[in-house]
Amino acid sequence: MSPAIETSALTKHFGATRAVDGIDLRVERGAVYGLLGPNGAGKTTTIRVLSTLLRPDGGWARVLGHDVATEPARVREKVSLTGQFASVDEDLTGHENLVLVARLFGYAWKAARARADELLAAFDLTESAAKQVRAYSGGMRRRLDIAASLVVTPELLFLDEPTTGLDPRSRNQVWDIVRSIAGGGTTVLLTTQYLEEADRLADRLAVIDHGRLIAEGTSRELKRSVGSNTLHVRLDDPARQSEGERILRQLLGAGVHAGSDPALLTARVEGNDRIPAALEALASAGIGVAELTLGQPSLDDVFFALTGKGQEPAETPGTAAREEALV
Amino acid sequence: MSMLATTPRPPAASAWAATLTLGWRAMLKIKHVPFQLFDVTAFPLMMTLMFTYLFGGALAGSPREYVQYLIPGIVVQTIVFITVYTGVGLNGDISKGLFDRFRSVPIWQPAPIFGALLGDVFRYSLAATMVIALGIVMGFRPAAGIMGVVLAVALVIVFAMSLSWMWIIVGMLVQSPESVMTSSFLLLFPLTMGSNIFVDPRTMPGWLQRVVAVNPVTHLADASRGLMHGQAAASDIVWVLVASAVITAVFAPIAMRMYHRER
Repeated sequence: MSPAIETSALTKHFGATRAVDGIDLRVERGAVYGLLGPNGAGKTTTIRVLSTLLRPDGGWARVLGHDVATEPARVREKVSLTGQFASVDEDLTGHENLVLVARLFGYAWKAARARADELLAAFDLTESAAKQVRAYSGGMRRRLDIAASLVVTPELLFLDEPTTGLDPRSRNQVWDIVRSIAGGGTTVLLTTQYLEEADRLADRLAVIDHGRLIAEGTSRELKRSVGSNTLHVRLDDPARQSEGERILRQLLGAGVHAGSDPALLTARVEGNDRIPAALEALASAGIGVAELTLGQPSLDDVFFALTGKGQEPAETPGTAAREEALV
Repeated sequence: MSMLATTPRPPAASAWAATLTLGWRAMLKIKHVPFQLFDVTAFPLMMTLMFTYLFGGALAGSPREYVQYLIPGIVVQTIVFITVYTGVGLNGDISKGLFDRFRSVPIWQPAPIFGALLGDVFRYSLAATMVIALGIVMGFRPAAGIMGVVLAVALVIVFAMSLSWMWIIVGMLVQSPESVMTSSFLLLFPLTMGSNIFVDPRTMPGWLQRVVAVNPVTHLADASRGLMHGQAAASDIVWVLVASAVITAVFAPIAMRMYHRER
């Protein structure tokens, strides 16, 4: 059986910008696969090419065994796309939105209404079914959007930044949904800017930067490439940042740096055993700690490790989408 | 989440079913956002009241006589103005990502365009009904009765559909629905004012008369008046049909090509 996705030297440019610059990808069926990268890395463009919304300029891509350039209709029959900006009609109610999509997939009116009811119930939206989507929260919109992608069970589901801009509760709901979709046998390709999300959901990851694939593997393999945890210390008093930095560096080593946030200190730590001593030293120097987090490396850290530089400043997402739509 | 279990897949929607469904969506939008219809019809309705009661007596002897002349033309102006919403709607769908959804669904690909046009027909009919209802309250009595009015509105809609293709192009080109609106006034104001919708062009300067005479809207207004009052000249109707065919033949292929290139 052919893999869910297979690409070779896949390229897409907009004018002089190489949004996708020769990507080789192989995604096996039944997996949740994550495309990780900062804004403007080419994740969305990759998904738009794979879902037949954009034609590739070079290389080839086969989705579920069909070439996206020569057999787009065959691909569309088997995949579903949930775009970055909830692609539901704000003027219509949640129920009407799902009936609309069900009708487009070939359901008769009555069956379409029944399917819409089922999905609204499954996504905890029954109470808001008759409300215009305009009045929905970000999380509700996103759930409705994903529901619309599941009107007919796709063999492959593309999710473009499914949790960007959602509150933690909604994010968890979406994660549960994604797991349940994958549990049903659908292959999921999702893009994300958050390592945590990729870590929790994806079986395998590809890291993309400037349209190129810079790393590929399981999240454990990727994190091993960074090789440490990250400690964030937020001080009560920003004026004492440099003093705090000095104290932490004495106890935790060279991986301590002060960020652009004046109250924040970041340290890369190999083990956790020296952290209590470092905190005690801060306390005895009279430096109050407002917040303390110890976590896995951020995408920024992975990026730093892989490319030797930090993330580029984020673009305005609306502009990027518009540029692509016009090409 | 048990509902996410694999469901049997229905047979693919026919081109007609997909178009009809997207037309249904356009009607729902009118139902949920009726303001979108009123803000474009409000202006022609104001013009009707103003011209009839302010100038009607001076132009045609009495407001009541003038309203017989004006209403068939105002129907033209109203519907021609509303054609811009084809572009506004399309532009909104593209920038909100809805178009991506439609185009990633295995339907006959032009269905979103034809569905929008179908919704437009409904919108045009609704607006025409409003204008004619106001006219009848003001004393408009079409000599050819309901049949004449229906034929006149149908002819105006045929012409409007051809203009819609231009707005589809504009809708794909510009950045925001607001820019579609702005560009519309640059085209639609001269097109409707530089015609014989409001006054007989006999007293206009010669150069303007020549402009008015070649403006398709003039022929459309004449045909609309003729059909509503039972004195239609075949030449006007033919002129309008030919103009609509030419506009469609030029702009529809461009619009469809741009639409396919969007992918």
